[in-house]
Amino acid sequence: MIPDFIYLMRSELVVTLIIFFLLFVKIGKGMRNSSLLPVIQFLLLVNFLSHFACHCSGNLFGNMFLVTPLITMQKAILSLAVYLISLLCTEWLKKTEHLAEFFLLMLSALLGMFFLLSSGNLLIFYLSLELATIPVAAMANFDLHKRISSEAAMKMILSSAFSSGILLFGISLVYGSTGTLSFSALPALLNGSPLQIMGFVFLFTAFAFKLSIVPFHLWTADVYEGAPVAVTSFLSVVSKGAIAFVFMTFLYKVFQPLHTTWYNLIFILSIITMVIGNLFALRQNNIKRFLAFSSIAQVGFILVGISSNDPGGMTAVIFFILVYVFSNLAAFGVADVIAVSTGKETIEDYKGLYATNPFLGWILALSLFSLAGIPPTAGFFGKLFLLTAGASTGNYWLIIIAGLNMVISLYYYLKLVRAMFMDKNENPIPKIYVNRTVKWAMVLCALAIILLGMFSWLYDHIHSLVA
Amino acid sequence: MQPGLFHILFISTTLFFLGVYGFFTRRNLITMLMSLELILNSVNLNFIAFNKYLWPGQMEGLFFTVFIIAIAAAEAAVAIAIIINLYRSHRSIDVESAEEMKY
Repeated sequence: MIPDFIYLMRSELVVTLIIFFLLFVKIGKGMRNSSLLPVIQFLLLVNFLSHFACHCSGNLFGNMFLVTPLITMQKAILSLAVYLISLLCTEWLKKTEHLAEFFLLMLSALLGMFFLLSSGNLLIFYLSLELATIPVAAMANFDLHKRISSEAAMKMILSSAFSSGILLFGISLVYGSTGTLSFSALPALLNGSPLQIMGFVFLFTAFAFKLSIVPFHLWTADVYEGAPVAVTSFLSVVSKGAIAFVFMTFLYKVFQPLHTTWYNLIFILSIITMVIGNLFALRQNNIKRFLAFSSIAQVGFILVGISSNDPGGMTAVIFFILVYVFSNLAAFGVADVIAVSTGKETIEDYKGLYATNPFLGWILALSLFSLAGIPPTAGFFGKLFLLTAGASTGNYWLIIIAGLNMVISLYYYLKLVRAMFMDKNENPIPKIYVNRTVKWAMVLCALAIILLGMFSWLYDHIHSLVA
Repeated sequence: MQPGLFHILFISTTLFFLGVYGFFTRRNLITMLMSLELILNSVNLNFIAFNKYLWPGQMEGLFFTVFIIAIAAAEAAVAIAIIINLYRSHRSIDVESAEEMKY
């Protein structure tokens, strides 16, 4: 008889096994990058598929580790994103000196995110949050000889360590006023006393740091610019997705009694985040910084969905993040191919990209359309669901401001599209040979961007899991 | 006079805000790390005080403290590795020296 915990922890066990495999590869004679990379990609695909092995739910270790079909779904989204990153960044990964270490760090962070999503206790929550952030700081430093890479890593580790200090202070106040750390016992003990509100505000601040909500977003653009593109895409998609998922469970399940407090916080912060993110994205010239500020603005939209406080909002956020995974990864994939083969990263360089590299031009244009929310793409439906969910509270000001921000964001996304398709460039990016794996992954992302908008079964499936 | 919960909370809150103040004003990376340790230690004090005075029947606060100490060591290890690498490329551990990326 196979014990329960193998079923329930299968994805964590698979990731742990891959980590051990990489350690042994490193200890042994070592393999060439070109032969190790396909093996890792295959193992990551296995990891993604392992989530579909059974449709089970349960809890382990005295309610510390929870598994539901919804949590499994969220883990599957993250694993899919990691698999896509390993495909899209093939060129960069082949050139790096320390391939095994890169995946060791990335999978440790992924393992931390799995435990984060499953956590049922503030202790496990804190430990897994640290496991999910510390390796990412080391990854940001992966271009060891580049000055901006070490600057990015320094900014990342300091801000994440500071935010986890704030998180801990909040947890200690919540513990002092309730006497429990368990998620299931906490809601009954929260009565809105000043100490609890203060603890909650500290916790909220720490989440705001990790999600780069506006007053706490200053590290984001610098880290995104300095880190290698593979790490940037991991940070902006996987880390952000995991934290957004857990933030939602946190507000909806654990801090439900303080609903009025957090609704006001989210209302104000989402408006500031959308406006500031968009205004700063307008003036960026580096493509990575541009995508960083656009991702800050997207977090503002996610907050609009979170503010709804009902299953519809949760479904909308999960669907939006799934769409965001494909559109953002496709954009970063193109940026990675161009940065690795030509070293060009500014928007000026992208002028006339369509004339020399029509395939890359189309993929980037499609992903930008999806990020902007233009109708046939899935991004439109993601934003539509988010705003509909946000409107369910009856606060139409929030929706009006979000709509205006969508218009502003159209301007800068289309500015990049115009630069690629219409502007002339005397010194354009030369014709780039795109690896077959990369091409395949890009086509997959493009298909997902189009098809997710047309077929609703996935949205219905997520909705049935949430309800 | 026996020290009560109030005294310990006063000390831990002071430590916390000293840490925050140090983190914002110091420009040396090692000193900033030390300020972070102050923050973490104030949290440790908080947990132990709450556990002893308010919830003496359980051990959760104590356990949390042990884990915080362990994680703080891991975090400092990674941070110092990053700082050493920064020193190799910038020849300085002053945060003002690493300012190539700005708005």
